[in-house]
Amino acid sequence: MSSTIVRPRKPGAALRPTKVGSVQRPHYGTHIFLIIMAVVWLIPLGWAMFTALRPKADTDKYGYFSFGGSFNFENFVAAWNQGGFSKLLFNSAIIVVPTVILTLFFASMMAFAVSRFTWKLNITLLIMFTAGNLLPPQVLAAPLFEMFKHFELPYSVSGSGSLLNTYFAVIAVNTAFQVGFCTFVLSNYMKALPADMTEAAFVDGAGIWRQYWSIIMPLTRPALAALGTLEVIFIYNDFFWPLLFIQSGDMLPLTTGLNNLKGQFLSNYNLLAAGAIITVIPTLIIYLALQRQFVAGLTLGASKG
Amino acid sequence: MADTTLGAIAPARGVKSPGRLRRRYSMLTRRDKMVLAVMVAIPTLIQLIFIWIPTVLSILLSFVRWNGLAFSDIRPAGTANYEFVFKDYPPFIPALQHNILWLLFLAVIATPIGLLLAILLDQNIRGSRIYQSIFFAPVMLSLVLIGVIWQLFYSQNNGLLNFLLGTSGTPRAVDWFGDPNINIWAALIAATWRHAGYVMILYLAGLKGVDPALREAASLDGANAVQTFFRIVFPVMRPINIVIVVITIIESLRAFDIVYIINGGRNGLELISALVIQNLVGEGQVIGIGSALAVILLVVSLVPIVIYLSRTFKKEV
Repeated sequence: MSSTIVRPRKPGAALRPTKVGSVQRPHYGTHIFLIIMAVVWLIPLGWAMFTALRPKADTDKYGYFSFGGSFNFENFVAAWNQGGFSKLLFNSAIIVVPTVILTLFFASMMAFAVSRFTWKLNITLLIMFTAGNLLPPQVLAAPLFEMFKHFELPYSVSGSGSLLNTYFAVIAVNTAFQVGFCTFVLSNYMKALPADMTEAAFVDGAGIWRQYWSIIMPLTRPALAALGTLEVIFIYNDFFWPLLFIQSGDMLPLTTGLNNLKGQFLSNYNLLAAGAIITVIPTLIIYLALQRQFVAGLTLGASKG
Repeated sequence: MADTTLGAIAPARGVKSPGRLRRRYSMLTRRDKMVLAVMVAIPTLIQLIFIWIPTVLSILLSFVRWNGLAFSDIRPAGTANYEFVFKDYPPFIPALQHNILWLLFLAVIATPIGLLLAILLDQNIRGSRIYQSIFFAPVMLSLVLIGVIWQLFYSQNNGLLNFLLGTSGTPRAVDWFGDPNINIWAALIAATWRHAGYVMILYLAGLKGVDPALREAASLDGANAVQTFFRIVFPVMRPINIVIVVITIIESLRAFDIVYIINGGRNGLELISALVIQNLVGEGQVIGIGSALAVILLVVSLVPIVIYLSRTFKKEV
């Protein structure tokens, strides 16, 4: 407070970040710049929405850059039915739900073991886990593809006679990739939990599993919620692994299925735009509902503490 | 896989582990040791089977000739695959150049935009949260979807951009994603749309962590806003700066989805990651060539990964 008084009033002082309690000067220049940037930022999505809301006949008649004709949701209905979106979304759910649950489960076990106990190799393993998450997925594409292709299964189990074209392949590889990152974040989080909590449980004779499941896991809930939100988005957005492993079009998840939809709708931009907007909606819902969790997941550990 | 791309964001700092308070493994009962061993073994096996063994196999496969059918068809090839890639494979040099361009563009254009937005939004201005939501929204989208959305914007005859330029419907209308001289820049702008928002959110978190007393002290000493930022705030954010450098490098090596959805990574949009896949799928699988390209990608990626890991875990080993 006293610092506000002593602050020298000079030209340029308005630009200085004024934090607590001080009288704010209007930042006109900043606002104008930010408004321009925000408008520019919204143009691509806005244009897709604008195109999606107009019937093809009207855009053909008046041109895409015009306001003539009607606006309605018919393209969304048509894209939903012609693109088979219910199937694609269902397939995405089949991949996303088990992957996120398995990832958090395995990562929290591993993080618990490396952060709450001191043993040989624990840092080595943590480094290995973190490094694995940073590799470009394309490095692993050939061996994983061949491993799954040559892993023979009876045709009653898998239509392809191998692990190719199964959800198992996509879920397993996605889980392996994400476990590295989640272990790293969760181990940092668990390390910061006070040691006396589990220490007391030890004295009471609680086993390792109870310490993990009944003491540490409930305390880790904020981190798990943030990571869970982040991972749902990551896996839903994953394009590469289903592209590599899933061959039948009716098994593809939404993000990878867009590749086919793009070809199918290429002659009808209004449908393509509607399809794109439909694909945005699940992420938009999560974004609006859980924005704080998502941002917390992204910056977890990047801020102090 | 942006995501994934998004992996390395949390530097292990600030948290000083209470080492002496942590349980020593030797103090556990036998049953507890068994439980702990299982808890470590399952995730570790998953990592080995699906990440590290394939990485080693990728290196081995780069030294053989194979069409991917029977194992008995595998023939040793020495370094022939690498010689082919470096000497006789026309898309390789363009791909390498595009990867470097990708890195430079993200580093010189996208990252500073994100930093600038973060600095402006950190000033407690009115509507800061709304601006943040707008700039951050593309980070939620997959790069595939971004490719489709920008396709609508860039389209030669129906896209907004050519309408705004007044060239739509004329022979001068540019095919932004189709013209091999231009499409890499068009794709980079679309990628920037996402990357800048990501950088912004990380820097916003970083700026909140900067002690306000430092700025007060600087302003009392008569430093202006620009001086305060470059001499005090930016250096203090060093850990975040390193994370962002690493993310930018890794993102540019991983770039794949957006070029693949545009045209499969051909015709002006060659990237090493896309060449790997072109050699693995489709007609005439050449596993050896694809693997040689994958190993080149691996070796380059190891540089930022090792730098990042050695910085992050320095204190703990």
